[in-house]
Amino acid sequence: MSNLLTVTVNGVAVEVASQATVAVAVVLAGQACRTSVSGQARGPVCGMGICFECRVIIDGKPHCRSCQILCEPGMEVRTDG
Amino acid sequence: MTAAARAAECDVRVAIVDDNLSLGGQIWRRATDGSMPDSVRWTERLRAAKVTELCGLRVFHQPQVGILLAEGVDDIHELRYDKLIMATGARERFLPFPGWTLPNVMGAGGLQAMVKSGLPVHGKRVVVAGTGPLLLAVAAYLREHGAELLRICDQASRSSLARFGVALLRQPGKMVQGLRLKKALAGVPFATNSWPVAAQGEQVLESVTISREGTSETIACDYLACGFHLVPATELPSLLGCEIENGYVRVDDFQRTTLPEVFCAGEPTGIGGIELALVEGQIAGLAAGGRADEARSLFGERKKRRAFAQALDRAFQLRTELQRLASPETIVCRCEDVPYSRLSQCSSWRAAKLQTRCGMGPCQGRVCGPATQFLFNWNPDSVRPPIFPVRLESFAVTAGVSEPVYQEVTGGHG
Repeated sequence: MSNLLTVTVNGVAVEVASQATVAVAVVLAGQACRTSVSGQARGPVCGMGICFECRVIIDGKPHCRSCQILCEPGMEVRTDG
Repeated sequence: MTAAARAAECDVRVAIVDDNLSLGGQIWRRATDGSMPDSVRWTERLRAAKVTELCGLRVFHQPQVGILLAEGVDDIHELRYDKLIMATGARERFLPFPGWTLPNVMGAGGLQAMVKSGLPVHGKRVVVAGTGPLLLAVAAYLREHGAELLRICDQASRSSLARFGVALLRQPGKMVQGLRLKKALAGVPFATNSWPVAAQGEQVLESVTISREGTSETIACDYLACGFHLVPATELPSLLGCEIENGYVRVDDFQRTTLPEVFCAGEPTGIGGIELALVEGQIAGLAAGGRADEARSLFGERKKRRAFAQALDRAFQLRTELQRLASPETIVCRCEDVPYSRLSQCSSWRAAKLQTRCGMGPCQGRVCGPATQFLFNWNPDSVRPPIFPVRLESFAVTAGVSEPVYQEVTGGHG
């Protein structure tokens, strides 16, 4: 049985299952993880930490591969869009 | 994991390092739902043998023989070894086509990994495309989690897949797996000779156009799970100086690389699936632990499993039509947004790197490398440290300016 926890993505609260990754929270929030160098919206692709498309800012720390990081209650996630 | 367990059972001190949050690489990733009994068995065996578990660590450099540097969330670890067994696995091959960079276009394994990591897909419309046996396994998994599977498309021909099916039947256990998959996917349209031509959408994926034997069809969907089989992860073996032959790490019968104290098992030595990886891991662990005779006793099983690897190779060759999917504007290097038109003018991987920055971004060629190798027949360059983007503090450790965390490896079979 999974519990739920809440993180914020660009200031908006998102509820996820415990043990969910930050990438899941961003996708559930309907946000793109990052903007590419030519301005394209990008989201997770490989799901295993090698493509780096899922990079977000977590609690102020940039370049976090969100597919490799578990959500924690109260985490503040920002995308660079 | 099998290598670590077996080595530790030889009464040596063993540590296992995984970049992920828990052990098991990609296939046994967070397999807590009881669907993978082998994973449970080997985890128990590994723990009973008191293997030191080091998760969340990313190896990026070998400053000198016998010492690896690995980056954790907040620190850097120095790992000293007498013998090293690498099981760095594989990753999906991604090929560019118009719209492939839209959010919600993911790898096949990629979408599965996201669902395993908590992404709900109940009621979501999914198209699975690309090539390889992974497509069926992913489609079945997604369906079990409530996704609406609209289509599965494999670029392989019907006859290739039929031949592969015959080879499968020769593998112990595979027939049962095959029948289970068939049942799980009953009613889902499956097309051979079929591949994605373009993905459409404003901010996210809204539909995908699939080509099938000369005709096209556009299908509205929420996710496109698309991957073209697997490529071996050979960055670490390359960095250490192991000989790479035809893209795979060269090993002897005992899974020993061309470096005497370094072994390699699983996909980097040849894409062959989990059963082959498990037995190669055991051979490597036993050989590294000094039990050559026990290792030899597994050679027969490995030979049988290798036949499956060869069948895989034959069945899922990429057709040349896939080289022409990208339009001139299609982004090929996602990290640096380099389009096909700029790359097609370059003569080699190295020239492309220097002129366009393709391969210089965070993925360090892990995505665009296999793609450009297929599109332009380029061979990738030599590998230089760090093999992953690392924090500046990690460079400080490399330069001897600051101290890493020294990881003591305890344990050994009591």
